[in-house]
Amino acid sequence: MHPLARMVLQRLGLGLVTLFVVSIIIFSAVELLPGDITQQILGQAATPETVAAFRKELGLDRPPVERYFDWLGGVMTGDFGKSLANQREISDLISGRFGNTLFLAGYAAVIAIPLSVMLGLLAALYRNSFFDRFINMATLSSISFPEFFVAYILIVFLAVRAQMFPAISSLNDDMTLLDMFYRAFLPALTLTLVVTAHMMRMTRAAIINLLASPYIEMARLKGMSQARVIVKHALPNALAPIINVIALNLAYLVTGVVLVEVVFVYPGLGQLLVDSVANRDITVVQASCLIFAGVYILLNLLADILSIATNPRLMHRK
Amino acid sequence: MTNSTETQNLLTIRGLRIEGKSGDHWNEIVHGVDLDLKRGEVLGLIGESGAGKSTIGLAAMGFTRDGCRISSGTIDFDGIDLVNATQKVRRGLRGHRIAYVAQSAAASFNPAHKLIDQYCESPIVHGVMSRDQAEKDAVDLYRRLHLPNPEDIGFRYPHQVSGGQLQRAMTAMAMASKPDLIIFDEPTTALDVTTQIEVLSAIRDVVREFHTAAIYITHDLAVVAQMADRVKVLLKGEEVEESDTRSMLNDPKEDYTKSLWAVRSFHAEPKADVSQACTPVVSIKNVTAAYGKVPVLHDVSFNIHKGRTVAVVGESGSGKSTTARVITGLLPASKGEICFNGKVMPGSYKQRSKDQLRQAQMIYQMADTALNPKQTIGEIIGRPVQFYLGLRGKDRLERVRALLDEIELEPDLYINRLPSELSGGQKQRIGIARALAAEPEFIICDEVTSALDQLVAEGILKLLSKVQKDFGLAYMFITHDLATVRAIADEVVVMQQGKVVEAGPKDIMFTPPHHAYTDLLLSSIPEMDPDWLDKLLKQREEAGQ
Repeated sequence: MHPLARMVLQRLGLGLVTLFVVSIIIFSAVELLPGDITQQILGQAATPETVAAFRKELGLDRPPVERYFDWLGGVMTGDFGKSLANQREISDLISGRFGNTLFLAGYAAVIAIPLSVMLGLLAALYRNSFFDRFINMATLSSISFPEFFVAYILIVFLAVRAQMFPAISSLNDDMTLLDMFYRAFLPALTLTLVVTAHMMRMTRAAIINLLASPYIEMARLKGMSQARVIVKHALPNALAPIINVIALNLAYLVTGVVLVEVVFVYPGLGQLLVDSVANRDITVVQASCLIFAGVYILLNLLADILSIATNPRLMHRK
Repeated sequence: MTNSTETQNLLTIRGLRIEGKSGDHWNEIVHGVDLDLKRGEVLGLIGESGAGKSTIGLAAMGFTRDGCRISSGTIDFDGIDLVNATQKVRRGLRGHRIAYVAQSAAASFNPAHKLIDQYCESPIVHGVMSRDQAEKDAVDLYRRLHLPNPEDIGFRYPHQVSGGQLQRAMTAMAMASKPDLIIFDEPTTALDVTTQIEVLSAIRDVVREFHTAAIYITHDLAVVAQMADRVKVLLKGEEVEESDTRSMLNDPKEDYTKSLWAVRSFHAEPKADVSQACTPVVSIKNVTAAYGKVPVLHDVSFNIHKGRTVAVVGESGSGKSTTARVITGLLPASKGEICFNGKVMPGSYKQRSKDQLRQAQMIYQMADTALNPKQTIGEIIGRPVQFYLGLRGKDRLERVRALLDEIELEPDLYINRLPSELSGGQKQRIGIARALAAEPEFIICDEVTSALDQLVAEGILKLLSKVQKDFGLAYMFITHDLATVRAIADEVVVMQQGKVVEAGPKDIMFTPPHHAYTDLLLSSIPEMDPDWLDKLLKQREEAGQ
């Protein structure tokens, strides 16, 4: 078998094991939440009898281990169960939301990744110049502010004053793709500002790290221009760390956008998660967390595979 | 090409001064060097490390490393003023009319690209020829340089090709745009002697054939004798003398040059033959060892007696260092055993007692990396004194001072210094003191002089043989340098591919008849005779037919 294929299978297996462990952690953590949905819905006036009856109806009176395996069995067959709050199928509830989250993450990634790799290359090319310092300072400032703050600043200037973009990014099914891009512009820009610094600085550092290598000096002594030295000779050897930091930021874009979604009232998975935690709708919380974990593991797996696929030493054995 | 351009200089350097930045101020490292090179001529630049050879070689390309600058002087390459030329003009010359061959081809080829892509880069970027033409040329050059499978080897990545082949591929790459001048910066230093010959003869043939001028930088006099028409000797950024190769070899004028020539004259005093019947200090019995599933040593056996030096020689990959790892217990043998004074040692160092560990010590090739940069000399040497001998406080300090005396470094001056404040040779002396601190009976010296300049290396060899006499030590001396073997060994063990091919007293080993492999090794050592390479190649050709 090709070593790459074997590694992919190996990592996939490991990923599944990790996901299993994560499912236990999610389930136990949710169990530890104080209060439950019956009290939330029935309110303070409910008698212990009505609470107990409601719990029995929802199946919450069974022991946790039994409920866990019940849940796990369902998940493995693709059935996440029903929402405790409104009895809708969780898969229906989540799929649209998750799609929205992926749309926003993809939108931000399409802007942020080329932008930050480009800026990183330019910063390496003109290192210690005014441009380099300016880019470093600008990206560091944007990462230093909390994301909701960045979001509000953007709303003040681009939505309230300039009135160029909507401050509320609610989506509905009738929108055209262009409309969706327009509506989601501000949250995507916020996310871009938050993740660019990280990727740009890693690109710059990974490239500069290699500039002292003998093969870079050799490229210079072959009369190659500085730009060619960096793009053609340094970049291919710096891909592994860059890919890893990109994967990490992609994972953040999918799983860490809760605040941004809340600020812009964007109908994503993160917002659903927050609402469900508040409602103690634990089945939805579990399902959302598990999906986030799966995305995280998959992206890291992808990063590993790409790092290996771009390394000729590992791709072409002796 | 007309005769008038033949006699004109291709490269003229006058009063070249180069400064390097250290901290806040600039130090001059090249102090006004002149250099002339005609078309098709090969000039050898020799000197020890710090002589400024590489710096001058790079300056001939109009290039200075980061943190260096040309402060004054002129560099004229075929009518172009390289000091004042724009970056664009200089870039246009590099890889096109002036090319460079680096010391370590393994590090100087980009690991991410195939050889042929790296070959074609200069000719295409400089607009010399099309990709198709460049690829055809590459195959031709690969063939001329005797690379195996010249049609296919270009489509490999650097890590898939051996060191000697890479060095030839790099020479081919330098020839790609048919340059007027090539700078060879120690191109064979990192290679085994047997590989070195192939590379040397390949480089020489190609340079002659294309009538390319070359600056050949090396610290190895015997190599420069084969390659250069003229030789310039440098010392600390200044020229010592220059003349054509033959007169330089036969009749050096300056004392410094004479001292370089004399280095190889050191020989340890011959020792009285010990009775082979007495128990050896170390005996390696039928050892077989492997890294994982890759077998490295096959049935290796030899003995080392008190007060004797056994040199273990062979090319890289022959299992010399692995043998040392088995003896010290870093790599337990899968078969066979190691005995100290007749007693069988546990295979792994983890199972050996403190006293057993004390008996065998090591000195490493790279003193730079073998000394903790954050510890003072006193701490580095004091640690084994305390660990093995249990001395503390004043006793420990006294012992450290005595050891520093032993290695001829003034205790008061050195005991509080950090390794970074020492020269390469001094660091290696600290390595010796650290090994002695354990009061061992046996020391493994792993290529201890190969990273040092010849004069410094000689000092280390003298020290080692003095210490050996003082303490009756047994040495296992791992080296690929047969000149060192001649200087200090009592017995020689020749290894090849994890096996001992020949072993015996030095005198017998250096007198024919040899085992075929020993013969190959011995005959591959460059000699100071400018005709040596020609004679040898002819001999081998005849023998081959």
